[in-house]
Amino acid sequence: MDDVTFDMVCFPSEDIVAREIEGELIIVPLVAGIGDTDDELYTLNETGKAIWSRLDGKRTLRAISEELATEFNAPLEEVGKDLSGLMNELIRRKMILVQSV
Amino acid sequence: MTYTKKLKPHEFVFPAGKGPRLSQIDIELTERCNNNCIHCLINRQENDEHAHSREMDTAFVKDLLKQAADLGCLAVRFTGGEPLLREDFAELYMFARRLGMHVILFTNGRLITPELARLFAKYPPGKPIEVSVYGMRPESYDAAAGKKGAHAEFWRGMELLREHKVWFVVKSSILPPNRDDMVDFEQWLTEIDGEDSQPRYAMNFDLRARRDDPGKNERIRRLRLSPEETMSVLKRSPIYVDSMREFCGKFMSPSGNKLFSCGAGHGTCVDAYGKAQMCMGLRDPETVVDLHEATLKAALEHSFPKLREIRATDPEYLARCARCFLKGLCEQCPAKSWMEHGTLDTPVEYLCGLAHAQALYLGLITENEKAWEVENWRERIDLFSRK
Repeated sequence: MDDVTFDMVCFPSEDIVAREIEGELIIVPLVAGIGDTDDELYTLNETGKAIWSRLDGKRTLRAISEELATEFNAPLEEVGKDLSGLMNELIRRKMILVQSV
Repeated sequence: MTYTKKLKPHEFVFPAGKGPRLSQIDIELTERCNNNCIHCLINRQENDEHAHSREMDTAFVKDLLKQAADLGCLAVRFTGGEPLLREDFAELYMFARRLGMHVILFTNGRLITPELARLFAKYPPGKPIEVSVYGMRPESYDAAAGKKGAHAEFWRGMELLREHKVWFVVKSSILPPNRDDMVDFEQWLTEIDGEDSQPRYAMNFDLRARRDDPGKNERIRRLRLSPEETMSVLKRSPIYVDSMREFCGKFMSPSGNKLFSCGAGHGTCVDAYGKAQMCMGLRDPETVVDLHEATLKAALEHSFPKLREIRATDPEYLARCARCFLKGLCEQCPAKSWMEHGTLDTPVEYLCGLAHAQALYLGLITENEKAWEVENWRERIDLFSRK
């Protein structure tokens, strides 16, 4: 079920630690229940990294989509699809929180 | 399309040529221990005020963890002594976790409290807690650990971990008081979630790591299993020979006069007093870096690479160890040499005997043959590893 709307403002949960090591974004679960097992790490692909860096608790997902579409010269619809896909994954894994809708 | 990729730490591979400068750091939080194990290479009494007063303080350890994180470190191993003796353990644990590090905790489990078990349950270490087990019965455990009542506290700790579903694994040491406990220990392994049920035993004990107690060294020597006894334990594992085929195919060749053919110095172990060692074993003062005076980065990038260039000069070492193809089976290394002899390159006869006993059992050498005299060692390894 797709619960993401573009009015959402999202920010990283305090239940994870996001680290950038040698250009790789690594998400380390801090509390139990984020991963399927306790020792998992997560990485984001290039699209995911570009989106993650903008999840600052201030910008709406719409604003982020527009920024990315401009920056990467990509169709807004395509960027929105990527954003929505990633947000669904991150929300399901409780790695980000939604501040307002 | 998926945007996140889930990985186990060992599956995480950086692009070629990239990667963290430090993947794991070992930190000995204290040398003090609430056990007084008859075979221990490092412990000091838990109430040793002199040792306590010299230990790294909380701020120093936090700074060290921060330095490690800045070098890309993804895991810290807290060891000791008994790390849970540190009053600031929970604080340091959470500091490391909040830096995004997994924590490997080496403990005897006696000081696991309900509060700590809840902490580990809520904020899992990310790696299994590794518990050292000194016996399965009160009389055997207490005798090996040198403390009356220790088994009861250990067992209560294990119950707390299980009750709170905290991931832990266990390992044991084969000692005279607990030799009859192996069957019970191995049965217990099968009941622990997350254990792979392959028993891990220490039985070829190191001498005192600081060369500080000749009397205890004599006792440790007597506790070591002989090469024959060691083989009788190794042979009990149904996977021993097959695992050795794969291992020998990769790690057997003479090392020449290069002393550090291991990974020492690529990572580090920081002792309880803030000295960076090239590995957990090597405490020769000539090879450590005082982190009160230098950064972790400087130790890793400047001091250790120079030390790794040290060459062996001991004639006996050059005649034997440098030419011996049993390198992968033999624990001879600068750390063991220093513990035994106070030098970096003196052959350790006990380790040589263990390696030859294994090689004989695996068919790599014949009775009375010395491995450094074998000329067709490559053929032998190929034959063995292809079987």
